[in-house]
Amino acid sequence: MTQAAQIQEEANQLAHGNKPGNWKEYFSFSTDHKVIGIQYLVTTFFFYLIGGVLATLVRTELATPESDFVSREVYNSLFTVHATVMIFLWIVPGATGGFGNYLIPLMIGARDMAFPRLNALAFWIIPPTGLMLMSSFLVGAPGAGWTNYPPLSLVSPKAGEMIWILSILLLGTSSILAAVNFIVTIFKMRVPGMGLNQMPLFCWSMLATSFLALIATPVLAGAMILLSFDVLIGTAFFNPTGGGDPIIYQHLFWFYSHPAVYIMILPIFGMISEIVSVHSRKPIFGYKAIAYSSIAICGLGLIVWAHHMFTSGTPPWLRMFFMITTMVISVPTGIKIFSWLATLWGGKLDMSSALLFAMGFICLFVIGGISGVMTASVPFDIHVHDTYFVVAHLHYVLFGGSVFGLYGGFYHWFPKITGRMMSEAWGKAHFWLTFIGFNLAFMPMHKLGMEGMNRRVAEYDPKFATLNLICTIGAYLLAVSTIPFIVNATWSWLRGKPAGDNPWRALTLEWMTTSPPPVENFEADPVLATGPYDYGMGSRATEVDVPFSEADDPTLSAGPSSTLRAKPDPVVAANPSDRGDESYNRE
Amino acid sequence: MTTLDPAKLERNHHQDDHHVASGHEDHPDYRLLGIIVFLVAEGMIFLGLFTAYFAFRTVAPTWPPEGTPKLELLLPGINTVILIGSSFVIHNADTAIKKNDVRGLRLWFGVTAAMGAVFLAGQLYEYFHLEFGLTKNIFASTFYVLTGFHGLHVCFGLILIMAVLWRSLKPNHYNSKDHFGVEAAEIYWHFVDVIWVILFLLLYII
Repeated sequence: MTQAAQIQEEANQLAHGNKPGNWKEYFSFSTDHKVIGIQYLVTTFFFYLIGGVLATLVRTELATPESDFVSREVYNSLFTVHATVMIFLWIVPGATGGFGNYLIPLMIGARDMAFPRLNALAFWIIPPTGLMLMSSFLVGAPGAGWTNYPPLSLVSPKAGEMIWILSILLLGTSSILAAVNFIVTIFKMRVPGMGLNQMPLFCWSMLATSFLALIATPVLAGAMILLSFDVLIGTAFFNPTGGGDPIIYQHLFWFYSHPAVYIMILPIFGMISEIVSVHSRKPIFGYKAIAYSSIAICGLGLIVWAHHMFTSGTPPWLRMFFMITTMVISVPTGIKIFSWLATLWGGKLDMSSALLFAMGFICLFVIGGISGVMTASVPFDIHVHDTYFVVAHLHYVLFGGSVFGLYGGFYHWFPKITGRMMSEAWGKAHFWLTFIGFNLAFMPMHKLGMEGMNRRVAEYDPKFATLNLICTIGAYLLAVSTIPFIVNATWSWLRGKPAGDNPWRALTLEWMTTSPPPVENFEADPVLATGPYDYGMGSRATEVDVPFSEADDPTLSAGPSSTLRAKPDPVVAANPSDRGDESYNRE
Repeated sequence: MTTLDPAKLERNHHQDDHHVASGHEDHPDYRLLGIIVFLVAEGMIFLGLFTAYFAFRTVAPTWPPEGTPKLELLLPGINTVILIGSSFVIHNADTAIKKNDVRGLRLWFGVTAAMGAVFLAGQLYEYFHLEFGLTKNIFASTFYVLTGFHGLHVCFGLILIMAVLWRSLKPNHYNSKDHFGVEAAEIYWHFVDVIWVILFLLLYII
């Protein structure tokens, strides 16, 4: 049993009674951040399944070189809507809205978000918008790719185009409102005594994410406004024949959409930091390095966008600038990767499904990161631009990265959210099916791209047929892999083994209340008796804190987790001057 | 024992002040901070559109493109003065309510609303008397979209001001302690004003 977890649990009073309301609440305009978080998670997972069906259709078409499954126009719509759904209706709202909403107030010891009604509003924009986007298949779905570049988007069917633009504007609004809420909540509502450097790392990453969403999303809205004028009224903002310039659209678009990549991965980084530390029973390696690298990624992420446009006539000096900034951004990312590896190193790994997905995340994200550094270099990018190499890269960071992280988060926080454990056997089956299916589906795409197979075309040179068939088999395996997860989650939610309040013996505050937490989260304001990652910190604290002159005193020499004082009187523990040495031994 | 930070201890001792809160939204009022954070996002939309305007201008061989009639400066100049003036006027309302003077609040918000309405009327008058339409050329398009988008914000600011005026009819709805609505409307109005100044310089002067 971990001493630190015991200290933290005994310093906090568990809330009791006050169980969350019945199922109808989940279909209402609830202002409880936990209900909203679950609403986000379930809704976005539903859209993930829809996006998955679209992806499976795309891969079915690509199983053979000929365009024989759907028409080319339908194929265009399939991959366009697939990408839009996965990005704007699954990963962004799932990671920030879902896990962010559920966890941030709990982690910082707050009763709710700063603006609960705004929070509910931000969520309720999403389901109708998602349905509207789906309905575009009835009127001719958008088919210009998720980037929707003009002039292609200007010659596409107008109804589908406008539905796409409106969806993006609405989902962007939702994302901005959520970001405002997170920023104010994290800055203002932390439990007294929790400085920024005592926050769990997920809070840091959500802070960075929210700043990116706040700053970048409006620029996309600007681009969408101009584009809708071009589509509807016939202005020529992005139409060279009228004096406009399609490149300006690309700049505005990527000014959002590259930071969007970090909006999709930073929350996952935060979740991985939590999972890795808890499940290897070790303090996180380099807390400040991980925390501040999130902020560095947030800053740098705003000045790398034109690496998507190396072949769009970007002048060489500008390419040089964006090549360098893009490569620089791999430094803070690498800092995180190495910190996680150092945390895992020599840890007592419990090999639960959550940790498996976290380690799967690290493997796959490193591959995606390396192919990212490759495509950052201009000459290589010119070779593989718009080929399957880019498709492989982006799926390694977005699926191998974000989705694996989201799955890890589901397994890790499911006991807290539902009060029940998930089945480990099913979880492991889910992990291996996903891991194998994923690599089967996307690894061959690197080779396809290097050999020059273009993306976004329904038919291809027969010489690519074998590799494409492997990809399609992998995609089917990936589709099948969601079944054990859905079965596991549904069954565990209804019948799973009761989890108790802190099944992982974790230290962060969301575990210091009942599972599921009551409406106001905590009975009394929670207290920080330990740092967020002080697993097994006894020996380390001894080295740090004990004055040499007092090394003989057994209470002191064993450090804060000494058995001699493992049961601090709660009254004493609640008094900062008596528990101060445990609260702040991180410094 | 050796690592206690007095400042943090101090903060911990104060935690009891917060304990009394029990309701869902019972915490200090962060709405004003929320508005300011939200205005950062609003500012970024305008920054995006301004940048696009600059880019169109850089790409074009001549600016404004040939055949664009010259813009009249007198009316928009007066409009600018009115809008900048209204920012000072609305601040009087804030000063008034801080002294519990609801009549003063109503008076100055009323004057601001009138000035905003005059600005919008002037804008519409200009639209109807310009010799180019929305799709004439890239300059015309950016002109209408930028001023129109700003005009929408002025409209929204007016709605906020009217809402505050409506609510101020309830006795003691706003007082020297509690007047978030007044401050929010004022900050928003200042924001709209600053954006106009940039817009005016971009479109008419440079």
